[in-house]
Amino acid sequence: MEMHFDQHISRQFNEDLESIKTEMLEMGGMVTRQVADAVEALANADSELAEKVLRIEEEIDRREMAIDEHATLIIAKRQPAASDLRMVMSIIRIARDLERVGDEASKVAKMAIALTDEGTAPRGYTEIRHIANAVRKMLNDALDAYTRFDVRAAMSTLAEDEQVDMDYRSAVREMVTYMMEDPRSISRVMNVLWTLRSLERIGDHAKNICEQVVYLVEGADIRHGHESNLKNA
Amino acid sequence: MNTMTLDATGYSEPANPQTVEKKTVDSQTKVGETVGAPFCDNAKLKMRNVNVFYSETQAIHDVSLDIGRNEVVAMIGPSGCGKSTFLRCLNRMNDTIDGCRVEGDFTLDGDPIYGPKVDVVPLRARVGMVFQKPNPFPKSIYENVAYGPKIHGIASRRAELDEIVENSLRRAGLWNEVKDRLDKPGTGLSGGQQQRLCIARAIAVSPEVILMDEPCSALDPIATARIEELIDELRENYTIAIVTHSMQQAARVSQRTAYFHLGHLVEVNDTETVFTNPQHELTEAYITGRFG
Repeated sequence: MEMHFDQHISRQFNEDLESIKTEMLEMGGMVTRQVADAVEALANADSELAEKVLRIEEEIDRREMAIDEHATLIIAKRQPAASDLRMVMSIIRIARDLERVGDEASKVAKMAIALTDEGTAPRGYTEIRHIANAVRKMLNDALDAYTRFDVRAAMSTLAEDEQVDMDYRSAVREMVTYMMEDPRSISRVMNVLWTLRSLERIGDHAKNICEQVVYLVEGADIRHGHESNLKNA
Repeated sequence: MNTMTLDATGYSEPANPQTVEKKTVDSQTKVGETVGAPFCDNAKLKMRNVNVFYSETQAIHDVSLDIGRNEVVAMIGPSGCGKSTFLRCLNRMNDTIDGCRVEGDFTLDGDPIYGPKVDVVPLRARVGMVFQKPNPFPKSIYENVAYGPKIHGIASRRAELDEIVENSLRRAGLWNEVKDRLDKPGTGLSGGQQQRLCIARAIAVSPEVILMDEPCSALDPIATARIEELIDELRENYTIAIVTHSMQQAARVSQRTAYFHLGHLVEVNDTETVFTNPQHELTEAYITGRFG
């Protein structure tokens, strides 16, 4: 079924849906940037940039609440059905995921500040950079797939999470080896581990966004491994 | 440092959604075979290949549909889509309309509804109807309900009639409001009460099927909620087909929903499916209020 949200008899309804979607995508843009900056701050030991990431956090929270409020109003005023309802539901869910991505980015920023303060040789940064690139791409692609209502792109992005999970596990093993080799490094490597963990979680949230693309377009709920619902839809 | 640079440009340029897959729905060409599940296992009413004509104009095009036992089927669609015409075929209300011709197979528990041997009077006792505008007889509340059982010979003794009247009014959720004024005219009740009186009148003759043609369109939201609650209770004992302009009502009261468009039955599906993920784009356009 084709998606067109600009053909309601009520022009105001068209505008309401368009504007809540824009709000969500703008929030997506902010969060994506937040992740990039957090990783950048970590790699360049730039605590000033890390502080900026933390400051943006409040704005992200505010945006999530605004989207929720606007979605509630649309439901109350329009009683959306079918694709309109799925659009509103998916936006609420995605805003929640984006807010959590923002939280993870803030954690990474805090680690950046901690690691900068210690000022020791950057062990584990290769792994961080590798996973960070992968999840940033996933997040971009997921939001892009949503904008274009592109289920195929969403499914292929969703599949990338498996590789991220594998890379994460192998990075964790690596970090454990470091700690066993040099117990003095434990506290620093733990920070690297938390960072890796946050990045891996961002991949999960990007995956959730992809699932909402499928829900919006196909009406199939494939969360929690129910991908077979897509074939039945 | 400038902290105001984070904005929507932080991610790759998306395609403009407005330019993607923008097509108008062509209502003339998109109607094909009925999609979804028009048939069911425990059918009470079976309609096959129904065509209805008003003189030369064809109002219903090859519609086939089952209505199951203890099921509420909602029929929705824009004005003039044929949903009321189709509903009225089920107890032969179209017989009296000049120039109206009905074709197709209609059966109620396997018994034909149309045919030279079928008497419409007992048929209408089996298939009752409630109309858009409450239309109580200009008689007492009691007489309104007792009339059907009397003429159908279901009850003759006063005690039997009393029992039927009370039971019917109770089932219609009206007993407590009218029990002390049964001899007062039915037309003196409020709109919502009148409609419940009409429902009591319909169920007084123990029908198997109740047809409702926009039963709440003249009622306020509270009276509407009462009728909807009643429909849900009646489902335990009756098969119900309801035509409604309110999509929220269809979503609330029915188990299956049938969408009619220009005399065609476009889609029949579980009500849940129709309102969350309709299969036909015409259904989608209608229930979401798009140009269709």
